[in-house]
Amino acid sequence: MALLEVKNLGINFGGLRAVDGVNLTIEEGQLYGLIGPNGAGKTTVFNLLTGVYKPTSGTIRLDNESIVGKSSSQICQTGIARTFQNIRLFNNMTVLENVKAAFHNEFKYSLLASLLHSKSFSSGEKEMDKRALDLLKVFGLDIYADEYACNLSYGAQRKLEIARALATNPKLLLLDEPAAGMNPQETSELMDTIRLIRERFHVTILLIEHDMKLVSGICEEILVLNFGTELAKGTPDEVLNNPEVITAYLGEE
Amino acid sequence: MVRFLEQFINGLSVGSVYALIALGYTMVYGIARMINFAHGDIIMVGAYVLYVCKSIIGLPSIVSVIVTIVFCSLLGITIEKIAYKPLRKAPSLAVLITAIGMSFLLQALSLLIFGANPITFPSVIKVSPIYIGSITISGITIITFVVTFICMIGLTYFVNNTKAGSAMRAASEDKPAAELMGINVNRTISMVFAIGSALAGVAGFLYISQYQSLMPTLGALPGIKAFVAAVLGGIGSIPGAMLGGIMLGVIESLSKAYISTQLADAIVFGILVIVLIVKPSGLLGKNSIEKV
Repeated sequence: MALLEVKNLGINFGGLRAVDGVNLTIEEGQLYGLIGPNGAGKTTVFNLLTGVYKPTSGTIRLDNESIVGKSSSQICQTGIARTFQNIRLFNNMTVLENVKAAFHNEFKYSLLASLLHSKSFSSGEKEMDKRALDLLKVFGLDIYADEYACNLSYGAQRKLEIARALATNPKLLLLDEPAAGMNPQETSELMDTIRLIRERFHVTILLIEHDMKLVSGICEEILVLNFGTELAKGTPDEVLNNPEVITAYLGEE
Repeated sequence: MVRFLEQFINGLSVGSVYALIALGYTMVYGIARMINFAHGDIIMVGAYVLYVCKSIIGLPSIVSVIVTIVFCSLLGITIEKIAYKPLRKAPSLAVLITAIGMSFLLQALSLLIFGANPITFPSVIKVSPIYIGSITISGITIITFVVTFICMIGLTYFVNNTKAGSAMRAASEDKPAAELMGINVNRTISMVFAIGSALAGVAGFLYISQYQSLMPTLGALPGIKAFVAAVLGGIGSIPGAMLGGIMLGVIESLSKAYISTQLADAIVFGILVIVLIVKPSGLLGKNSIEKV
């Protein structure tokens, strides 16, 4: 059974149909790519999946459970986490605190326990620190644990965003242009990291990307959007040789 | 010298009450980006609740104080739910006007219930003064120091070291991102109002113990001064509110003693103007640089 099943998804902004009739089925463990020219509605799809926007039409089911109408935090708790196209870290918090803030639903201890500094609180805090450091180690960020997030380099901030999203323990991870602004060297490192986290965290990944090398290199299936509608769908080879896709990206001959 | 020290201690005591109130302003601003002008009136409500519990119902002092704090905290949550939450996406001016309206509403309600005449209410604090050499420190001052110190340490610890505190800081930086990381932002905002109003309740108890006279407008002046303190320290900054409050209290107390009682308030507000000209973000506030 599919992990994510989206049927006939659409949203209107006033008179503008920003996304229309998008169907998407992602199997567990898949690495799925979402591509399209600027303004095609890719980030809007992410916003619909994470509850930032409410769809005007269509259904979204995660693990066969509808998530339409849930708040962003509830959707995050059911298992969808994301990163942002323009980095949105908690800049005045340390790297470690950024990850710990996303553990919010993982560790339950009551407010009273934290105020009384009870055993469940201090052991929970210790466990949380350890888990957060382990997670940072995967991305080589553990050395910056006590640094403020805003002081990290651009590439490191992108990695920290992925680490923070993984801290929410998602089933499905949405990456919004993870390679934006990276040089070829960093991009190829990122590809390795993405493969690694899929295996290590048993997470399904849907990513938006402009870098064709990255998309065709790691995605098993691709959906191409244009003007909010589906243009093509299939394996990277099929999609990238599709004349309509080439036209949409490069214009008519 | 003795006079100076006494005035200085007096200023610290008044200032720590301002700091408690300023914390409420600054925390609410930090997370909801609004100035809650009804905050000062929560102090007034707290003072009246204390009076009702102690003098009318006849509860023991400590119980009365606890009831006061809980009542203020619940009042804060209620005000946020009914007045500010529906305006979460409204322009900030609408929220500001609503807050001022809420302030008038609270004052009018207490005017309706308790009347306009001041009610004398003897202090519930019965602690004997301490004498150090020739300096006298009154019982109220001692209790004020102890209580505000505990509140500030507790709050700092809470914000920096607990899960709920980290959710608060995350939400105050970027609400949508925090929400997408699984933090329930609405609940976090409620919690901030609860804590801020509880601190206002504590301030109400300390304030009325010092001034011993109840009026529906009693919260207005400490409220506005604490707001000045929060801006002075840098609005949105918790250590800033503490520093701003204490500085304001000391300056006020020393100007009253050495310059002029009538001019004290003018000096306090004058300092605010100077600080805002020199450092618009306040003493400990962050200068926000827009990236272009």
